[in-house]
Amino acid sequence: MTATETTVPGAAAPGKDTVPAGIAALAGGAVPTGEPAAVRVDGLVKRFGRGPRVLDGVSLRVPAGEFVCLLGASGCGKSTLLSVLAGLERPTAGCVRVNGGRAGLMFQEPALLPWLTASRNIELALRLAGVPRARWRPEALRLLELVRLEAAAGKRPHELSGGMRQRVALARALAQQPRVLLMDEPFGALDAITRDLLHDELTRIWGETGLTVVFVTHNVREAVRLGQRVLLMSSRPGRIVEEYPVRIDGDRRIESPQVAELSVQITERLRAEIRRHAT
Amino acid sequence: MRPEPAGPGAGPDTVTATVPDDQLASLERGLDELTTEPRQRRSPWRVLAGRVAPPLLAAALVLLLWQLIFYVRIKPDYVIPSPAMVWDSLAELWQQGALQRGIWTSVSRGLLGFAVSVAIGTPLGLLVAQVKPIRAALAPLLSGLQSLPSVAWVPFGIILFGLAPATLYTVVLLGAVPSIAVGMIAGIDQIPPLYHRVGRVLGARGLVAARHILLPAAMPGYVAGLKQGWAFAWRSLMAAELITQSARLGTGVGQLLDAGREQLDSTLVFGMIIVILLVGVAIDQVIFAPLERSVLCRRGLAGT
Repeated sequence: MTATETTVPGAAAPGKDTVPAGIAALAGGAVPTGEPAAVRVDGLVKRFGRGPRVLDGVSLRVPAGEFVCLLGASGCGKSTLLSVLAGLERPTAGCVRVNGGRAGLMFQEPALLPWLTASRNIELALRLAGVPRARWRPEALRLLELVRLEAAAGKRPHELSGGMRQRVALARALAQQPRVLLMDEPFGALDAITRDLLHDELTRIWGETGLTVVFVTHNVREAVRLGQRVLLMSSRPGRIVEEYPVRIDGDRRIESPQVAELSVQITERLRAEIRRHAT
Repeated sequence: MRPEPAGPGAGPDTVTATVPDDQLASLERGLDELTTEPRQRRSPWRVLAGRVAPPLLAAALVLLLWQLIFYVRIKPDYVIPSPAMVWDSLAELWQQGALQRGIWTSVSRGLLGFAVSVAIGTPLGLLVAQVKPIRAALAPLLSGLQSLPSVAWVPFGIILFGLAPATLYTVVLLGAVPSIAVGMIAGIDQIPPLYHRVGRVLGARGLVAARHILLPAAMPGYVAGLKQGWAFAWRSLMAAELITQSARLGTGVGQLLDAGREQLDSTLVFGMIIVILLVGVAIDQVIFAPLERSVLCRRGLAGT
């Protein structure tokens, strides 16, 4: 198994003032040490140029196969954290380790290349992932079938609805054959009906593929609906302040009372976090 | 088998699909059907009629207006001839074969010069767009060259090459290359940064990224640059032919126009202006308009 690791030497252990006591242990310690984590972040600090710290001492572990949601208000650095995990940004300090090489990344926008058909978009990802040419087409069709869009293979992005585009984008992210799938508010721009359906769809695909998913959102109910664990982030600087395991058996829908119950609890905490910035 | 998620009691099957699989599939197909519009197919005849009829009508109106001006006799008929007189003059040239030869001479020169301009302007544009110091040095010069009428280079060309085809090609190149390069630069500058991020996430770097992301993404701006480049090439060539007369240069449309001026033959002058206009329109419609339409339609940026 390959792993991408980014470590900034001498900065892996940030000072006491950068990590709130107990938080690192809270976020990281929930998983028994020794178990191989698909994602491991220790004392991550990120700042752009001479600006303030966007991320300040973020530590987390995501065991293989887990679906974890990162929740926070706008500007809490959750997207930055995802960019660092995806290898698009280098950490200023700290250690980031993602198993299985390159992680797949889905943006809020479908980000499909408009000059390629749905199938060709996926084929390009396969090609860039080093898949032999003979397998591009069949593999692309298999992935489109997985997201139930085999009929749209020859269509161009502008001919598809927003939800369909996001499913093609999901298929493209899967074409990279990642062990870890990073999702940056992927359903934020969709209407409620489509979003609800894509929640079911994502749950199904996650069940079929056994991927590790790190899902970023500012929608509390969405986080509770999808995640096995919800990590709440504070803003300016971004830190993980609370962790909520989601223990809901059986049916889980966005309108389930259990989802609502936990959402209220998390929302209260989130609001308290936002109020801190009022003065 | 999933690893145990955080906390006790949260078993592997905590998260279950809330809708049975086949129901989810049909729900999804229904929503897909509702959210996509069916492709509208118009009959090719109607498309053609919609595209061809309006410009023909406009041309007919111009002819009518011209005929009216001729009837009113603002100027004598050896100054403003009638459409029929111009037609006769063109027909006569056609019978002599002079018109075909002139058009062929000019168009072949224009297209050859344009092809060379594409070969120079494309890499030049890429280089200026991608390399910062080169951009700082050359970008203002390229915009400046675009506003400089390239006919201004004719005297320089004559001093350098004499009355030879090289002079004409120099003028064509100086007209078209900046437009093509500037089009390429604009095309690259207008690429949404998201596409570059997508390329990086998918693992495209350097030349691979240029081939799969940068160049296709820059196509709309580049094609607009090509279109303008052709217009500049043709315009510059006509101006250059008009002011250079030599047996070595042959007789292009521009030279025929100048012959009309020398002979005070207004039918020839009018006829050649129309020919120059028609050739420009024809090349644009045959080569560039379809190219532009296909690039834009593919991206959903223009209606059929």
